[in-house]
Amino acid sequence: MTIPVAPEMEIVATAQAAALGEYIAMSRDKIDEVKLALVEACINAFEHANCRDEQLHLTFRLGREGKEREWLEVEVLDRGRGFNHAAIETPSPEKTFASHRKRGWGLQIIKSLMDDVDITSGEWGTRIVMRKYK
Amino acid sequence: MSETCKVSSERRGDVAILWTDGYINNQGGEEIAREAYSHLDQGVRALVLNLEKTRIVNSIGISILIEVLEKVMDCKGVLAFCGLTPTIDKTFRIMGLAQYAEIFPTQDEAMKKVTSQTA
Repeated sequence: MTIPVAPEMEIVATAQAAALGEYIAMSRDKIDEVKLALVEACINAFEHANCRDEQLHLTFRLGREGKEREWLEVEVLDRGRGFNHAAIETPSPEKTFASHRKRGWGLQIIKSLMDDVDITSGEWGTRIVMRKYK
Repeated sequence: MSETCKVSSERRGDVAILWTDGYINNQGGEEIAREAYSHLDQGVRALVLNLEKTRIVNSIGISILIEVLEKVMDCKGVLAFCGLTPTIDKTFRIMGLAQYAEIFPTQDEAMKKVTSQTA
């Protein structure tokens, strides 16, 4: 699925994630967590990536570990300028409330809501792969 | 397709209740802020924000809610949230909103608490 870098397109993407989550009978609360993580990954790319093709490329996968552990995986790929995610400062409520800068929580939220998160980035762009177990 | 958040509000005595319906992003957050600041300007010092018809609040929307909370605190007021989905509740706790504002399961519980604090 490819979405344009445009307002509220992240919500279009969440419908796909929800449909796949429902297909594997993932709980509504877990689907909400996947949806919010996907929203955060999309708006991070919209705001910071400076995508050369003005698009985000999304891939949704379903899989299973062993006999029981089904999962839903979402990959968000942008062809932007990339970033060094190891250099991103971890936000904290104390810093957020003490300063004028309230933003910068996207990656922290993604990592908190998803079970596995893998981020690779370079001059070619950024790929975030997020997995949630059922 | 529009997922724009609708915000409505009502004043009950010294308390203003705000209801949201839909996705809270930057526009939704700003709409909530406008409504909240309007009540603060009219002297209200206790706000209850009922999110039972919202399933997604993104980090931009939450950052605006933090600004609203700070303004309420500057006015020596109180802000309470209710009707949160587990995911929104979790996100509010991650970002620290729960350290500075109380969260209640229902509007009645929130109203009871903030009313007692303004009495």
